Order: sequence, then C-alpha cells, then structure tokens
Amino acid sequence: MPQTLFEKIWSRHVIVEREDGTCLLSIDRHLCHEGSFHAFDKLERENRVIRRPDLTIGIADHYVSTKAPELGNEEHELRVPIEKLTANTKKAGIQLYGIGTPEQGIVHVTGPEQGLTLPGIILVCGDSHTATHGALGCLAFGIGASEVAHVLATQTLWQEKPKTMRINIDGELATGVVAKDIILHLISVIGANGATGYMIEYAGSTVKNLSVEGRMTMCNMSIEAGGRAGMIAPDEKTFKYLKDRKHSPKNGNWDLAVTDWKTLFSDADAVFDKEINIKASNIAPSLTWGNSPEEALPVTGKIPDPKNESDVSRREALEFTLQYMGLNPGTSLKDIEVDRVFIGSCTNSRIEDLRAAAEIARGRMTQVPAIVVPGSAMIKKQAEDEGLAQIFIDAGFDWRATGCSMCVGMNGDLTPAGERCASTSNRNFKGRQGPGSRTHLMSPAMAAAAAIMGRITDIRELKPVDL
Amino acid sequence: MEAFKKLDSTTASLQVANIDTDQIIPARFLKTPRSINHGEFLFHDIRRNASGELDPNFILNTPENRSTQILVADTNFGCGSSRESAVYALFDAGIRCVIAPSFGDIFYNNSIKNGLLPIALDRNTIEDIWQILNTANNTRIEVDLENQTIHLPNGQNFHFQIDPFRKQTLIEGLDDIDLTLKYRQLIEDHETSNAAARPWIATIS
Repeated sequence: MPQTLFEKIWSRHVIVEREDGTCLLSIDRHLCHEGSFHAFDKLERENRVIRRPDLTIGIADHYVSTKAPELGNEEHELRVPIEKLTANTKKAGIQLYGIGTPEQGIVHVTGPEQGLTLPGIILVCGDSHTATHGALGCLAFGIGASEVAHVLATQTLWQEKPKTMRINIDGELATGVVAKDIILHLISVIGANGATGYMIEYAGSTVKNLSVEGRMTMCNMSIEAGGRAGMIAPDEKTFKYLKDRKHSPKNGNWDLAVTDWKTLFSDADAVFDKEINIKASNIAPSLTWGNSPEEALPVTGKIPDPKNESDVSRREALEFTLQYMGLNPGTSLKDIEVDRVFIGSCTNSRIEDLRAAAEIARGRMTQVPAIVVPGSAMIKKQAEDEGLAQIFIDAGFDWRATGCSMCVGMNGDLTPAGERCASTSNRNFKGRQGPGSRTHLMSPAMAAAAAIMGRITDIRELKPVDL
Repeated sequence: MEAFKKLDSTTASLQVANIDTDQIIPARFLKTPRSINHGEFLFHDIRRNASGELDPNFILNTPENRSTQILVADTNFGCGSSRESAVYALFDAGIRCVIAPSFGDIFYNNSIKNGLLPIALDRNTIEDIWQILNTANNTRIEVDLENQTIHLPNGQNFHFQIDPFRKQTLIEGLDDIDLTLKYRQLIEDHETSNAAARPWIATIS
C-alpha cells in the first residue's frame, strides 16, 4: 500500500497501538532548553529515573544574554533558569551545549547544525517551533512540560495519529521573494488554524529548489498555521547539508544511512487527508500587520478597513487589533514607520539569512535601533569570518551573541511598549516581544531594509549599493 | 493529577479568536516554578489597563466570574507556544474546563495532562451557547465527562467528543508515565531492533 513520508516514519516508531488508534512512539532525539526545569522538577518530585540520558541534549537559548553571554545573563533572576539547565543536565548525565560552548545556539538552529537532526527520526523538544527540524525529513514536534517529563522518564510518547496535509508549491519565485514570504503567504491563505490536527508535508518544485535553510524557515512556522509538524522529503541537498556534521553518521554508517534516507518520500499514489496547491508566482514580499500570523499581506498592500467586515465579532476584533497596533484603515504598508528592528530567531538567523540582510545593509546606515542575533555561535563566527558582521557594524546595527533574544524577550531583549518592531521572528502576538510591543513579521532582507529606511520598505525598490 | 469527572459552574464567555498562550501567560512569568500559584498570571496583560489596574470590563474581572470554572472561548484557543504554564495559570485561577471551536494542539495535550478538560464543539454550537448564556438568567453549565455531555441553563444538552485514552486519564487522574513503564520490555525490544536496523540512530554519537 502506498505510504506518505509521514506514515513511513510513524510506522517505524510504533511500540504499542491501542484499539482507539493512540500509539506509543519511540523517541530518537530529545532537545531541551532552560524551560525544561518544569519537567525535571516533576521527575524529582515523583522520584523518577531518566531512562535514556544519551538521547537528550541540553542547549541554553531562551534566557541567554546576547550582550554578556559569558555571564549567562546580567540579571540574576534571568540567570536562574540557565543554571537550572546546567544542574539538571549534569545530574542526569545529559550532554549540554551551554553558554560559552562552540555548539551553543538556538535549539532549532543547533540541532540541524550539529547533525542531531537526521532524516527518518522522531525528534521532540519542549518548544512549539520544533517543527523546524522537519525540513531535514524527520518527524519533529513541540511538546509541553508533562510530555517532556514523559520522554525523559520513558523515551516514548503517547500520540494520536494526526491527519496528513500536503501543501504543493510550484513554480519560480519572483525576485525578492524568499522562504519567509512563502510561509507568511501560506498562513494568510489557510489561516492560523488551517492545519490544526494535521501533519504538513511541503512539496513541489519551489520547495525542492529552496536551500535547506529556507526549508527550515518554512517548516518552523508550520505551528503558526496550527500544524504541529511540517516536513520535507530529504534529498541530495539534505544529505550534503548533513555530511560531516558533528553528530551525523560517520564512516560505514553514513552510506547505510543515506541508502535508508533515499526511501523516505511519499509514494506516487499516497493519499493525504487534504491537499493544498499554491502558485509561487502569486507570492510577493510579504509582512504581517496584525496580531496573528495569518494577518499578512504583500508589501504593496493596505491596512484592511473594519467597515468592510460584515461579521460583528470579526469587525470588533479587527478594530481592537488596529487599536493595539496603532494603525489606521487604508494605510499603505509602505507608509508605516518602524522604531526598531530585530534580525534573528529560530525562523531566520541562519547564515543565508544574515547574508541576505547584509547585502541590503552594506554601504548604508540604519535610522532606528537594530540588532542582529545569529542563530548559533558557529553562525556568529562564520558571519564574522565572511565579513558580514563588519558590514552590520559599519551600517549601525548592533551585532550580538546568539540566543532566542527579542523573538520572545525572555532574556531581557525587549521592544518597549508602543514601539513598532520589524522582526524576522515568527509571532506577532500582542505583547510577544514585550508588553505593549507591536510586531511586524518579515524576511531578513525586508527587516534590514526597514532598519535602513526607518519604515516598511519594498525590498524590490532598494537595490544593493555598489561599493 | 486531580481527577475530572463532573463539573457544575458558572461560565465566562471569551468571544475573541486566536487567544494565544502568550496572552494566557506572558513569557516573563515562565521562569516561575510550579509550586508557586500561577493564578495571578492568567491573562495578566490583557486583563489590565495601561496603568496596570484590573480592567473592570474584562470578563474574568467581573464579580460574578470570580469563581468561574468554565470558559467558553472562540476558535484556536491556546495557539502558539508550547508553554504548559498557560495551563497552570488557568488551573490555578480555578478554570477546569474550556469549551471552544478549536484548540492549539499542544495546549490541548497540556490541558489533559493537568486535569483541565478542553471541549471542542463546532463554531455554530459555540455561538448558540453564547446566545443561551447571554439570555438565560444564570450562566451555570454542567459538564459530565463520563457521559460526554454539557447541560445548559435552558435545559439544552450537547454531546462532545474526546478520545477514550484521554478520557480515561482525566477521569482517573492518571499519570501516564506509570502506565507507559508497564510496557518497559516492549520499549526495550523496540530499541534493540531499531538499533540493529538503523545503528546510526541508536545513540547520539
């Protein structure tokens, strides 16, 4: 019987299947960050043993200072969760990529970068953006603290089999359109709960042509459409990306692994519960204007008018959103001034993201405070070696150390109340980047352009400076 | 975990779609250990006005909703971040049941693990419930998990779906780690055969 990529991976991991269809799945890799203290505390209270510490890796990212990383964090109360991660992993015998290690970074950047993420595996982490790892052809999803505790205690999880959705994106992308624009466009089409209950597979020629990094940007935001996981069949690009990474299979195992990975694709006549087709040529450089990732428009768009909304509750919600965002109906997106720019996060902090932003920044000056936070210590070093860091510094950007930073503001990097931030992160929720903050999500090049121009800018109208 | 069998409580209607977990509990409270009551953090920033005082218009700030145990919310409740603290905040504030057209998947799972019952009903039914609650002389709802029914103040009943496994864990207040560890031998056998078939996965090299 023909199988989807998802079914192939799922069936490999089923230990027990209950009559109602709920399955006990084996978990190959578990990544934990500072937030895991809830799970460790629970296990301690219940006097439980961690079953397979060799399959978990700890990584510090959420609370790490991007200004003084050697301290963990300048503020004591923000340092505590980092210290808990260190203590918990040490006690359990779990390997830690803590502050100051060359492997440290945002968990969803470090995982693939260190070869912890591999095709065909099930990988989990107590973070909703775990969907990112699916870009390498594995099943990866976010879990809560109780499930983290369950994984630590058993190396398994009980899961209901999700429905499957394939999103086919075909054709050439227009100039200036990148993976971030594809996923913002897609979420605006299917809605913030368009994939709730589904496992998404991204397919089609456009996806095939994306770099592995671009695929990660797409899979990362699957959760913003409600999909707990997003995945892409592994191909030669995937194998090339993984070759010689620190934890990738070595020697004879590499050839064995690649032979196996080549079987990981959806069979030609595999059936999905839902299929969606998107034309790449319909996608423009895009950004969000509201407080849900589904509220995205092409940069040439205008703020919607509540008067055009016939449903009363939707009209009221729209009015409330515009009030929170400080925006007037009918305003051109390109007329919106920004106060601050954040380039970083597990969505867009990889080397190609920094290259795209640096290309815009080169030879220009920022007009508003702007920070660049690389996704890992390795990317930071690579960007410095390539001269990207200097380009940012010369253009007035603040070049920081790695961490989750202003995507979620837990380390103290915040957008002040009432300020508008052009951000390459993944959530524009009310207060996400700090109480009262106003977020517009966009690609790295668009965010760099916003920093240079001090307002939302169509990347197609801002050519690189010839030096 | 506290078992959930039946509930009879006043309800509060939260008629806003896409209430994400950042709104349920802002990120700055996530470093708080479970031993500390999370009730004060619930909807912290959206239930207060600019000067930090409780907004009297926010549904849970009204005197009649002080001890409400049921929320009737809109589409995609609990979307976004996987933070289980969102459920801790609801639970510690006394909420034991959220009824909505749909939920964020991770939030749904987290709720079950903490003895909070999420009930998904189609949006038309939710609109009917809001309507009934607005016009009835009280907002008491009875939720019966065993029979999977909701009884409304006007005498109307609605049936709801929940998968048998989750229902059992809620009714018995079970922690599934104990249940899982009964399969220890099967887990170990699976790991052994998996390591033989795909040795590069067996451990982190």
